[in-house]
Amino acid sequence: MTDFIIHFLFSGSITTADGSALVKLGNTTVICGIKAEFAEPPAESNNKGYIVPNVDLPPLCSSRFRPGPPGEEAQAASQFIADVIENSEIIMKEDLCIAHGKLAWVLYCDFICLDYDGNILDACTFALLAALKNVQLPKVTINEETGLAEVDLKQTNPLNIRKHPVATSFAVFDDTILIVDPTAEEEELATGTVTIVMDEEGRLCSVHKPGGSGLTAAKLQDCITRAITRHKEVKKLIDKVIKSIKPK
Amino acid sequence: GGWSSGSPLGPGAGAASWGGRAGSYPALSSSLRTPQSSPGLYGPAEVKISKSCTTSWPPSLLPPGVFEKNREQLIRKTCEAVILGTLHPRTSISIVLQVISDAGALLACCLNAACMGLMDAGLPMKSLFCGVTCALDSTGAITLDPTAKQEKEARAVLTFAISSMERQVLMCTSKGTCSVEELQQCIAAAQRASGAIFQFYRDSVRRKYSKT
Repeated sequence: MTDFIIHFLFSGSITTADGSALVKLGNTTVICGIKAEFAEPPAESNNKGYIVPNVDLPPLCSSRFRPGPPGEEAQAASQFIADVIENSEIIMKEDLCIAHGKLAWVLYCDFICLDYDGNILDACTFALLAALKNVQLPKVTINEETGLAEVDLKQTNPLNIRKHPVATSFAVFDDTILIVDPTAEEEELATGTVTIVMDEEGRLCSVHKPGGSGLTAAKLQDCITRAITRHKEVKKLIDKVIKSIKPK
Repeated sequence: GGWSSGSPLGPGAGAASWGGRAGSYPALSSSLRTPQSSPGLYGPAEVKISKSCTTSWPPSLLPPGVFEKNREQLIRKTCEAVILGTLHPRTSISIVLQVISDAGALLACCLNAACMGLMDAGLPMKSLFCGVTCALDSTGAITLDPTAKQEKEARAVLTFAISSMERQVLMCTSKGTCSVEELQQCIAAAQRASGAIFQFYRDSVRRKYSKT
């Protein structure tokens, strides 16, 4: 396994979004923008809001993607991020509720890949975490008389981020060699990939191995150990960046 | 063409219907259930774009969404790992999975059906694979082959595709959180259960050919 390349993280780059982050993992660049809008809570759980991720892999990031509806890779990445959000409980959907049964926040998380050089899942997960930490939601009160929502843009609160999931991807070659943080070339030549998402308590939020050559349980354990180390490194970087942003 | 299938779909195709339960392991609870899914297998056939393996999942009511596409990708990549793609260049092998009834552990059932379909079609493979679902409840007890109700109430549900060669993990997907030790326990349980499933494959194939 090789060490991964130092990455850069910029938070709050999009001023029109409620939260944003730009992540650069080697050459792979992903920008995440979060917009908060109002919606009615779902009928079966009227005290929950929504978080809707969407990963876009446009033709500008790589020649392998064509213009048109999202391809399989973009859809699989979107589903992966949705699973990470749900499994890790990074935000409790109950925190997004404004008024039971009437009004809740829906956070649209849009990921756009600007440069595709492999390892898109790790980049999107980092971008998600950094962008969510950057989100400032205005205070909303429901006017008793009119029943309408009144938004106070001067009073904003950050989101309550409960867990910090970090993804680590590996490329598998012929059941034996594992390379961490693969580039696009390594991914193409690999016989399989594994992505492990861990949170700070050492719990596995997601083990994503979509087919490919087999791995023994021992090799999987090696991946998990590496993922734990990576989590510590990434958490330090994210904390440093968040601290360096001056409050608005 | 060039292989016989002995199924009503005719030459050049394989069909199998999988209804079964995972083996029960003494220290773990298991449940009796028969999810059914029936695969049709067509190929190798000529295609315009050369893709080694495509899977389609006929939707019941709603058009295929991101969730279905993700599941398709998991099954497709597992099959790609075992099918010897180099034997059939510039061709596509199409696996069509039709869900007849869903009583839980659907992905594992589809994996088993896909493997049996590939066997029935006589396609040479590197190894066989089987799907096993593990549900972890709040106490950390492992339930293999959970019902839909058990899946919903579980803290975590893990689905594995286990290869017949050295019981390696070909595919793994998880829902919910678990600790690292629990993951290893689930993998071990799934590897043990896979033995029973591979035995079932052997028995079915033996039964089929003993009639002719």
